[in-house]
Amino acid sequence: MNSSVVALAFISATVSAGAFMGFYAGTRRKMDLEQWIVGDRGFGMLLVWLLMAGEVYTTFTFLGASGWAYSKGGPVLYILGYQPLMYVVSFFVLPQVWEVGKKYRMQTQADFFQIRYNNKYLAAFVALVGVVFIIPYLQLQLMGLGMIVEVASYGAIHRTPAMVISFLIVAAFVLTSGIRGVAWVSVLKDLLLLFSAVFVGVAVPYIYFGGIGPMFAVLVRTKPAHLVMPGATTNLGHSWYVSTVLLVSVGFYMWPQFFGASFSAKSSDTLRRNAVVMPFYSITMPLMFFVGLAATLILPGLPTGDLSMLTMVRKTFPAWFLGLIGGAGALTAMVPAGVMILTAATLFAKNMCRPILWPGMTDQRVAKLAKTTVLVITVVALCAAIYSSPTLVSLLLVGYGGVGQFFPGVVLGLYSKRVTMPGVFAGVVTGVFVFVALWLTGHDPVMGLNAGFIALCCNVAVVVAVSLLTPPERCGFDEHPRVSIGA
Amino acid sequence: MRKPSIGAFLLALVPFVAICFSVPLWDRIYPMVLGLPFNFFWLIAWLLLTPLCMWGAYRLEAPRASDPPPEDGGTP
Repeated sequence: MNSSVVALAFISATVSAGAFMGFYAGTRRKMDLEQWIVGDRGFGMLLVWLLMAGEVYTTFTFLGASGWAYSKGGPVLYILGYQPLMYVVSFFVLPQVWEVGKKYRMQTQADFFQIRYNNKYLAAFVALVGVVFIIPYLQLQLMGLGMIVEVASYGAIHRTPAMVISFLIVAAFVLTSGIRGVAWVSVLKDLLLLFSAVFVGVAVPYIYFGGIGPMFAVLVRTKPAHLVMPGATTNLGHSWYVSTVLLVSVGFYMWPQFFGASFSAKSSDTLRRNAVVMPFYSITMPLMFFVGLAATLILPGLPTGDLSMLTMVRKTFPAWFLGLIGGAGALTAMVPAGVMILTAATLFAKNMCRPILWPGMTDQRVAKLAKTTVLVITVVALCAAIYSSPTLVSLLLVGYGGVGQFFPGVVLGLYSKRVTMPGVFAGVVTGVFVFVALWLTGHDPVMGLNAGFIALCCNVAVVVAVSLLTPPERCGFDEHPRVSIGA
Repeated sequence: MRKPSIGAFLLALVPFVAICFSVPLWDRIYPMVLGLPFNFFWLIAWLLLTPLCMWGAYRLEAPRASDPPPEDGGTP
């Protein structure tokens, strides 16, 4: 009992400190739509780095990475594959997106499609697909948070109240401070996560085996097959690795919330430099693998790999440290969740409701509807998280299969004059349809390849074929930015 | 949009080849380096080498990006 009180106090203190930073960031600023969703395009290098690292390193870093190392082994290396490569891709996409975003005052990913292809149905469809796939990602954050707090408090807080309380805090700071609030909570979260990953990742192998090298020596002797692909699985081999790494590295910045976060940067050069240095933060990932691998030897037979890291920490360290990890884990769910809620709500209000249902809406009304939607989305994700529980990584990979389908529309939209609206529209519809059909019928992976990758290939083929069959169009980025779509 | 330079594109291709396409060559335990199985060592090394490649790409792209953009009627 005593240790659960100590752990609980540390969790609450960490979460409260984060919440305070989130609320404080938004005071003294007028929260119109532009400030709320893109922070008046004023974030410098450091804040962009913190926001992006804050968004990218989610509960998945905390639980899923060590979980896969524990339960699957070698295939977990796909994470170390896609992380540096997605920043390589972003180097050629985000600065260019920022440039057109600034020129046409874009606030969302769907705005990009609206301006470039000049079709409100395509933009609304992109927004819809984005929102539909954000919900499981949000659910993933919630379930991770529930698990972390439950284990870290020695079961004193059940996961359902933990999820409800923390997500009400998230909704509250998103409403008051928008993206700026999220960026400032990231400051605390990134520092804590970096500290705990380095500490735990080094300390656990050291305590049990005398170091990382000796730990691998034991693994090589006892479970050599676990260390290479396909590890403990039968179907996650090299072709799965290549197709998944390709899909995720091109699909990553197609998540509407990551795409949209680039608009908050101060300049395109900020994003370019950011893309160069971001891979350094990924050094936390192998440390999480080490903890998961240590757990395969120390704690064999856990019911789910997702808990391997926390169970190791609980077994190894005192209560206050577990509480600190629990608090960091909770913030790790809350920061990305904040941006997801913000993005989904804006997409719904600005790119689906206004153009399709109520064309006469003023910007103030859009902002108001978006803020109401924040609460609706929070409740939907909460219900989804409370009533279902697949393991973490599979849920995330589903999302990449969906949002990855925006890639041809974005890249060809930037670099090709020949691509046409019907081509992109047909391609996105095909890609999403193929992916959902394969996934629902249990064909992921299919023939050793990631289903989202197959869908992306179909998508590209359709975009190219239909674009060549339809007459050339004037590129939306050649128009003068007369009509403002922003606030 | 101005297309990226060939040099930057080739530099970006290096981590893709090293990390993604060459997986059958490096997904193995031996030789172990610094106590790590070779596949772990290889990918961790590329976390550090990728920024190096992209720094080169940045040196090529940044001066081009700060030039005034071509007006309509420039190269398509």
